[in-house]
Amino acid sequence: MAANGYFNEMFEKGRVRPPYRQLEDWTRSMPAELREMKQAEAEALFRRIGITFAVYGEGGDPDRLIPFDMFPRVFTAREWARLERGIKQRARALNAFLVDVYGRGEIVRAGRIPGRLVYRNAAYEKAVVGFVPPKGVYSHVVGIDLVRTGPDEFFVLEDNCRTPSGVSYMLENREIMMRMFPELFRENRIEPVDSYPEKLRRTLASVAPAKCERDPTVVLLTPGHFNSAYYEHSFLADLMGVELVEGADLFVEGEYVYMRTTEGPKRVDVIYRRIDDAFIDPLCFRPDSMLGVPGLMDVYRSGGVTICSAPGAGVADDKAVYTYVPEMIRFYLGEEPLLNNVPTWQCAKADDLAHVLAHLPDLVVKEVHGSGGYGMLVGPKSSSEQIAAFRARIEADPGNYIAQPTLALSTTPTFVNEGIAPRHVDLRPYCLVGERVELVPGGLTRVALTEGSLVVNSSQGGGVKDTWVLAE
Amino acid sequence: MILTVDHVTCYRYVRPARALVQSHRLMPSSCAGQRVVDWTVTVSDGIAGGAFRDGAGDWIQGWTVPGPVSEVTVSVKGTVETSDQAGVLRGHRELTPAECYLQSTTATKPDSALAALAGQGQAVAEPLDLAHLLSDLVADAIQYQPGATTPATTAAEALALGRGVCQDHAHVLIAAARLAGLPARYVSGYLFATADGRDHDAAHAWAEVHVRGLGWVGFDPANRCCPDDRYIRLGSGLDAQDAAPIRGIARGPGGERLEVQVAVQAVQQ
Repeated sequence: MAANGYFNEMFEKGRVRPPYRQLEDWTRSMPAELREMKQAEAEALFRRIGITFAVYGEGGDPDRLIPFDMFPRVFTAREWARLERGIKQRARALNAFLVDVYGRGEIVRAGRIPGRLVYRNAAYEKAVVGFVPPKGVYSHVVGIDLVRTGPDEFFVLEDNCRTPSGVSYMLENREIMMRMFPELFRENRIEPVDSYPEKLRRTLASVAPAKCERDPTVVLLTPGHFNSAYYEHSFLADLMGVELVEGADLFVEGEYVYMRTTEGPKRVDVIYRRIDDAFIDPLCFRPDSMLGVPGLMDVYRSGGVTICSAPGAGVADDKAVYTYVPEMIRFYLGEEPLLNNVPTWQCAKADDLAHVLAHLPDLVVKEVHGSGGYGMLVGPKSSSEQIAAFRARIEADPGNYIAQPTLALSTTPTFVNEGIAPRHVDLRPYCLVGERVELVPGGLTRVALTEGSLVVNSSQGGGVKDTWVLAE
Repeated sequence: MILTVDHVTCYRYVRPARALVQSHRLMPSSCAGQRVVDWTVTVSDGIAGGAFRDGAGDWIQGWTVPGPVSEVTVSVKGTVETSDQAGVLRGHRELTPAECYLQSTTATKPDSALAALAGQGQAVAEPLDLAHLLSDLVADAIQYQPGATTPATTAAEALALGRGVCQDHAHVLIAAARLAGLPARYVSGYLFATADGRDHDAAHAWAEVHVRGLGWVGFDPANRCCPDDRYIRLGSGLDAQDAAPIRGIARGPGGERLEVQVAVQAVQQ
């Protein structure tokens, strides 16, 4: 750990760590004017592509550009191999959990997770009880948010089993780095990430319903252009070579779902949907929804189409259920978790609540269903007034809050006005689950651009970086 | 008892609809209290979707009618042999955990009056006795009066009004039972009700309350009884909308007129 208590991924004990060696020369040989020029060029490229959406549905100005930091974040092959095993293990356990709790609920019967947390959870979909999706997969893209606190210490902050967004940044960040600094990619052996769209398409095709006896037709269902992640939807559909559709482009007839095309109706086998459960079928969920496809859930449940992620997948990524993921890994896989959870206090429990209230200045407190870095308290970075105000909110509704220790998030070198300085980062890799479990070597690194800040969310001044995994 | 059902729903569109999509919960499941002898559901010009049994043990089937369509008739005809199980749902194959039925919906959202009603059972230790008491309290609190409420009336509104139909009785009982910590659900079905000389709708609804050790037990506050061999159970849900025998959407300019005829008769043996 560095002197300030944070692990610096580039510099350790005054020496450059191996994965960053090539980058040291690169930065040393780059004059300030060139850097500024390149930064302006990167920004222009992002603008031209039109990638200006908010990451992870954080809201805010949809046309705002998320700052791109040109200094890459680097992992060695060995570091990545270890992460990859842990991520895949977690993705398998989360899917096993989903199949179980919509089936016999063995993990609840065995007393390893309270039934209340599962069956009384707002994200538990009664409508899919007893239905096993093709290949037993509920979450086909699992986004796992990780932070690093030391050379070999990683913690999972949260799991995203529904429709984790941001993968277009992983692809675009790389694309832009390769255009601006082609020499870096000649000098370093960097694992490519551009196979992601094809792997995603193969994953989706691999879970086509049993009734589909030909090359499956896959579509991407978007809520529409007003959605903050619309750019990503059209980008992915384009790279996968599948149709981008809205609810009105699809219709149900008999046992199947069809897409309207200029050549007449075409049967659809797999729907990669970027619409929440509540809106996908007004006959099953919210009757006022205009975004979905009436009758879709009946076709789905009778095996006529596959919906990815499967309706109901959200019960696995709830912040209260998160605490039990290590237990899921032991229960379903009979393995010890390779990636650690952050120790979590649940304010719904009296003992935990007492501990949390007594240690607020040291803790991070989050809303159970919150996201985007809103509605959270970072104790060490808050004033006593802010802490007092938050205390009142917790006391008014303890069940709505969980707390975690403030983690010493690692830093990586980042370009700032004064030159290069360490800034805190996290990582979201995207694990694909279909017939096979696959992980592209890379992910989205978010960086807290404000000095000292531990909040990497783009709505709170965060940016993004290209993430490298070096080949052996 | 052997009961026959003849249930016809006719939708007429002032201007033709482009297409119609429906989800049906119109086929009774066989269980200890009911055995399906024969049963058919037809939809005029309709294309049947795949049928399946959901986690709650109900048969569900989607139907689509390609447009333009100005009239659609849904006909249900069938015969069911029933027996009196004192309201207890036995031999019904289902997987959904009872705990799921503790969550409230818009129609069953608690308020202080519902909480006060549920609170009257506080001293009752046995869940079965508690369920009976709540059912009686609901029957006392809501007078049967067709037309006083609409399908959109909530439990809280019906209780405040003090009048309503079977849907309101069921919603109020469900809300009260959940407040008292008992899982409860809405059941839709048919009732052979001409026998007692009173005027009832043959398309009926009641509630089921989950009693530990016994399972799901039906309560019909509208008739101050537990379902017996005069009842045919179609399906269940968190509330009337979730348990609706027919949910449908017509794509088109609107202007729908609905006509429903239901006849339930006993076959002389």
